[in-house]
Amino acid sequence: MGGPVAYIEAITERYRRLGYEPYRWYRREAPPEWTPVKKPLSQGRLGVLSTAGGYVRGQVAFHYKDDTSLRAVAKATPRGEIRFAHLTENYLVDPRQDPDCILPLAPLRRLAAEGAIGELADPVLSCMGGIYSQRRVREELIPAVAGHFAAAKIDLALLIPM
Amino acid sequence: MSLIAHTLEQAGTPTLVLGAALDILEAGNPPRAAFVDYPLGHSSGRPHDPADQYAVVKAALTGFASIAKPGTILRLPNRWDASEAWKATAMTGSGGDTRQPRDTTPQYQFPEDRLAAEAAAR
Repeated sequence: MGGPVAYIEAITERYRRLGYEPYRWYRREAPPEWTPVKKPLSQGRLGVLSTAGGYVRGQVAFHYKDDTSLRAVAKATPRGEIRFAHLTENYLVDPRQDPDCILPLAPLRRLAAEGAIGELADPVLSCMGGIYSQRRVREELIPAVAGHFAAAKIDLALLIPM
Repeated sequence: MSLIAHTLEQAGTPTLVLGAALDILEAGNPPRAAFVDYPLGHSSGRPHDPADQYAVVKAALTGFASIAKPGTILRLPNRWDASEAWKATAMTGSGGDTRQPRDTTPQYQFPEDRLAAEAAAR
């Protein structure tokens, strides 16, 4: 039935009705930035960032007002140790039962074991999306992500929004 | 997430975004993307279905090799179920986005997580 859900339209209307301040999704009118793949996935080190608000038991959870902090999730973390905190908690019902449906550590470990991924960078990075301030994303979140990825000497990055 | 992708690409790292909201992906126009037509919260597959999760992630990652044109979004063939009734509730009903209050207190999934975090900080 039907095509993909029009989330921007639906959520904008819902927020307007509920009296929330409007959320402005990032829009890119210019052509995408582009770096060619130099090292194939099977030979490269893959960095991973999830924006679903995942944290590991023992870490401080995310808060819901433009939290731009990052959590390091060791790639070997057992699923029972992974928790989630995200502004839009309604999407977390299934991830809180099975983290791999949004933070796919098990599938990524399997792909690395099989050789499809040369190496899965450790740790995987986690943050919370739904940040209203694009300035703070640019000035705080992105430099932290880029710094972690540079230190890990990754060749490619997989980014998984919720 | 697309903003992060553009910045990483500009700095020399190829990226691929795997998401479940096609219109949000299109708005952000990331260099490489894969779209799975599942409800939000399931960007990497159906819950309790390791085979589906593996298939989604594996198919998405092929984009690193197959995408030659910047801005391409691969559409994965997976379907949530035959009826796709979830799409109606995603638009209007209880499945929709119900945002939590915005404050700066850590929002632990379990009360016990707070104790674990406090113990770890000592």
